[in-house]
Amino acid sequence: MDKTFKGRSLSQSFDWKLVIMYLLLVFIGWMNIYASIHSSDPSSILDWNFRCGKQFVWILTAFGLASLILFVLPSRLWETGSIIMYMGVLVLLVAVIFLGTETKGSHSWFEFGPVKFQPAEVSKITTSLVLAFIMSRSNYKISNIKDFLITLAIIGLPFLVILAESETGSALVYVGFVFMLYREGLSGWFIVLIGMTILLFILTLTTSTYTAVAVLLSAILLFNAANARRSMHWLLIFIGIILGVALFPWLWNSILETMVPGASVIKDVDPMVADAIRYSARAPWMLRIRPLYILLLVAFGFMPYLLRKSYIEKNTFIGLSVLAFLAGLFLSYSTEFIFNDVLQDHQRSRIEVLLGMKEDLAGVGYNVHQSMIAIGSGGFFGKGFLNGTQTTYGFVPEQSTDFIFCTVGEEWGFVGCFVVILLYALLISRIIRDAESCREHFTRIYGYCVAGCFFMHLFINVGMTVGLMPVIGIPLPLMSYGGSSLWSFTVLLFIFIALHHEEKKYF
Amino acid sequence: MEIQKSSKLLIGLFVAVGILLTKIFFIQVFDNGYKEDATNNSMVYDVIYPTRGTIYDRNGKIIVSNKVAYDILVTPREVQPFDTVMLAQILNVSEDFIRDKMKEYARNRSRIGYQSMTMIKQIPSESYMRFSEVQYKFPGFKGLARSIRDYPFNAGGNLLGYVSEVDASFLKSHPEYRSGDYAGKTGIEAAMEQELKGEKGYHIYLRNSKNQIESAYENGAYDKEAVPGNDVYTTIDAVLQQYGQELMKNKVGSLVAIEPSTGEILSLVSSPGIDVEMLADISKHYNDIIKDPYKPMFNRAVQASYPPGSVFKLVNGLIGLEEGVLKPEYAYPCNHGYPYGNRKLGCHGHRSPLILEDAVMMSCNGYFCYVLKNILENRKYDSIQDSFTKWREYVMSFGFGHKLGSDFPAELGGNIPTSNYYDRIYGKNGWKFTTIISLSIGQGEIGVTPLQIANLSATVANNGYYYIPHIIKESENVKIDDRFKERNYTMVDTTQFQKVRGGMWKAVNAPAGAGGTAHVAAVEGLDICGKTGTAQNPRGADNSVFICFAPKDNPKIAVAAYVENAGFGATWAAPIASLMIEKYLNGEVKRADLEKRVMDGNLMSRVKKD
Repeated sequence: MDKTFKGRSLSQSFDWKLVIMYLLLVFIGWMNIYASIHSSDPSSILDWNFRCGKQFVWILTAFGLASLILFVLPSRLWETGSIIMYMGVLVLLVAVIFLGTETKGSHSWFEFGPVKFQPAEVSKITTSLVLAFIMSRSNYKISNIKDFLITLAIIGLPFLVILAESETGSALVYVGFVFMLYREGLSGWFIVLIGMTILLFILTLTTSTYTAVAVLLSAILLFNAANARRSMHWLLIFIGIILGVALFPWLWNSILETMVPGASVIKDVDPMVADAIRYSARAPWMLRIRPLYILLLVAFGFMPYLLRKSYIEKNTFIGLSVLAFLAGLFLSYSTEFIFNDVLQDHQRSRIEVLLGMKEDLAGVGYNVHQSMIAIGSGGFFGKGFLNGTQTTYGFVPEQSTDFIFCTVGEEWGFVGCFVVILLYALLISRIIRDAESCREHFTRIYGYCVAGCFFMHLFINVGMTVGLMPVIGIPLPLMSYGGSSLWSFTVLLFIFIALHHEEKKYF
Repeated sequence: MEIQKSSKLLIGLFVAVGILLTKIFFIQVFDNGYKEDATNNSMVYDVIYPTRGTIYDRNGKIIVSNKVAYDILVTPREVQPFDTVMLAQILNVSEDFIRDKMKEYARNRSRIGYQSMTMIKQIPSESYMRFSEVQYKFPGFKGLARSIRDYPFNAGGNLLGYVSEVDASFLKSHPEYRSGDYAGKTGIEAAMEQELKGEKGYHIYLRNSKNQIESAYENGAYDKEAVPGNDVYTTIDAVLQQYGQELMKNKVGSLVAIEPSTGEILSLVSSPGIDVEMLADISKHYNDIIKDPYKPMFNRAVQASYPPGSVFKLVNGLIGLEEGVLKPEYAYPCNHGYPYGNRKLGCHGHRSPLILEDAVMMSCNGYFCYVLKNILENRKYDSIQDSFTKWREYVMSFGFGHKLGSDFPAELGGNIPTSNYYDRIYGKNGWKFTTIISLSIGQGEIGVTPLQIANLSATVANNGYYYIPHIIKESENVKIDDRFKERNYTMVDTTQFQKVRGGMWKAVNAPAGAGGTAHVAAVEGLDICGKTGTAQNPRGADNSVFICFAPKDNPKIAVAAYVENAGFGATWAAPIASLMIEKYLNGEVKRADLEKRVMDGNLMSRVKKD
């Protein structure tokens, strides 16, 4: 065993690319934490009194943890100890409800002097390990209802406890495990259906019906392209249509602005001024037309043709797509109706707060608005390192933790956002590729769990800062300030690197 | 199968990432709204309002200047829970007022952002002093010193005009203004807005999330100091204007004085007017002003369209002379009027027949019926339409029937009917001289403004030309339009004017018993020339009209007085106008009894309210 290890160079046995991407993200995160607080004048980036200095310590300790996992701890431990660790963390999760300190309305933190620790962070790791352990047993079959229920229970237990801690964000991350389940044999349509339902619900409430319908349409078109015989051909056409649909409201507003000068501000101005704008417009009736109506009109216009095509070609997929579109439309409209007309005020505000549509302290959507202003003001190239006004002057709340992406957006612009998101995407896809290359089911399943967690965190966090997702306080992996979060993602990732390395040792 | 699934997941990953990037691209590159918001968010524009220009009278006396008042501003985002009762007491408003305001701000908080809102305007400085002592108890509240208008002379609200905060409709037509700015809305304030307003300045600060000002932005490199407005010199004589206001107190009408040799308006009184006390805080009195049945906002001097009455005989006489159908020595009989058909246009009792000069002096109605008859039935013209059109051209050349083009805002043009007008009413061949006989004596369809008849007076004083009456004097900073420097000649030759001026002199200065209608206007040594008028008013008693100028040679002042429902021209209008002249030329009034009678006279009860 030792011989084999020595016989191969380190660079061949570890996935160094993963490690490099990890280091890059941690470093970018650290720089941006510094930028986000530099207006309070830390003496240097290492100043222990400030978050940038503290983060440096968390980073060093994280490196220590990573080394421990890579070089000291036997990788067998993760498989054999998984159930005990899972149980232990579950106990902690319950205990924290009674023993933890209260932070922002939820009991989810243990505090030991300067160190705060959130069991929910660790729970991701242990749950992933147990899932990998159970599902990699030779007699496990996901199609077996008993096995499936056990799997659901493993995910569901910590999920529910964390929900009870009112850490909605951390709980939502568990949805990321469905990607692993899908990989291990669960029908894809099951996921798509659930995913679309949730997405439509949230999009309708947080953005607009137009966005919801446009996303629904895009999804259906993409599935159809994938299902069609000449996939690439259709994919190109559909991407064109999707871009058109996405750009249409913007285009419409430009047309509207030329026909009705002032149309873009009409919602925000004094009613008298609004009347004056309407009065002076060349075509005031255009104000009543909404982009959504035009989109629906076109969509309904195509429907008879599609249904006929489906019937003649005996292509049920097209028919089902039309049905899915109608169902989605119905869902979106009924969501809006139920939410606005059926629910009572207090019920509505509870959902609004849950979805982050209403911040009970600082006004409706304050966080998201500020965060979007910060990111939006960055423009294409950004304002430059340490030159941000929104993030450095502290308009964005939680700027070094959950909203760290705002600093990236403001100071580095679209270019910076692109690089950071691309890094994450590469990291995740690299994990998936590595996982696929493993012969050990345990490693593969665990790898998918890791990828799922990273993806959920990335999508929810960035989606939240740009207003696509409700404000759910979860950190951006590796970049957000905080030891607890950095350590758990380091451990999560490096267990996988160690397992993957272990595999390389043998083959 | 399994390989395929991992590929699908990878595609899904990149689609999701694509969605994020698309959204980011939208808010960063396409949508400029967020960039503007960002400036508003982190920079504080502290606006510095310029002091408005001072308005002087022709002699350098200040008639409008500035004094300081305080607005109470609120930055809703900075407000902490506070003692509403205490604040209400200090600011002298009701608690509900403050609560309502705070609720309103809370409703609009996303629109307001970090801006400050004006909660109360123009509190007196005592209130402000009380407030500033306890200001620390009310974070988010601050006082903003703002200069408001101050009026050392009671020169009349309609003349000076008021300044008020711009409203939505004003903003729409004047995009260069911002909400919260002030602008002159009427009178001189409106006419000279461009000169008076000055330029706003601002200081830019950066602020943090706790709303504390962190620093001056770029060390104040982009700050701009306010530029004070230009001072404006008017042609008004403040003393005369104030005197005119007092004379016209408790009367409805107007009083206009012009310097004939320049066209400069010496005073422009419209009564009842807006008191200068109200001007500084017009919004507070706005409802009272709107409800006032005498319509103080209506500037009668330049907007009212009155029949001129007998003063118009001068115009008809001059036209007759120029057309050659009248000679000064022509004598016409008058036996208590001019009979036509089985009707008669009445006149008062006087000797008969009369020549032109005496007819002007005694204001004989009959005489001027002959005059207009000869003008309209002149063989020179093929039809009455032609002769009437010619007559109208003459009248228009005196400045009637159209706006004079004064620099005073909202001037109206009155009305001189056209021949088409009579064609429409009576049919093409349905009218002749007797149909429109009342035009002979300035009645009927004619409408003129007091400014126009004052201008007539100035025209006669100048022997046949006028300068467009104007209110702004040229000064270093303020240039006036060239049109105010041109002589406007009437179509009547200058030599003709001497022939009516004699009658005007006699009307005032003929010995008692000679029949002069305006004997009351005579002032020894001033050689006042005048013409009375008594215009019928369908809404009650006749209007009293008088125009005059003095002295006879090289006139220094021409005045028109028009008093609604005051009866004969000689009873009210003539004394008022002559007192103005005496005050202006002599500096003091010796006829104390007459002055007292005029000032004490209250004719308001005679005027019908709407």
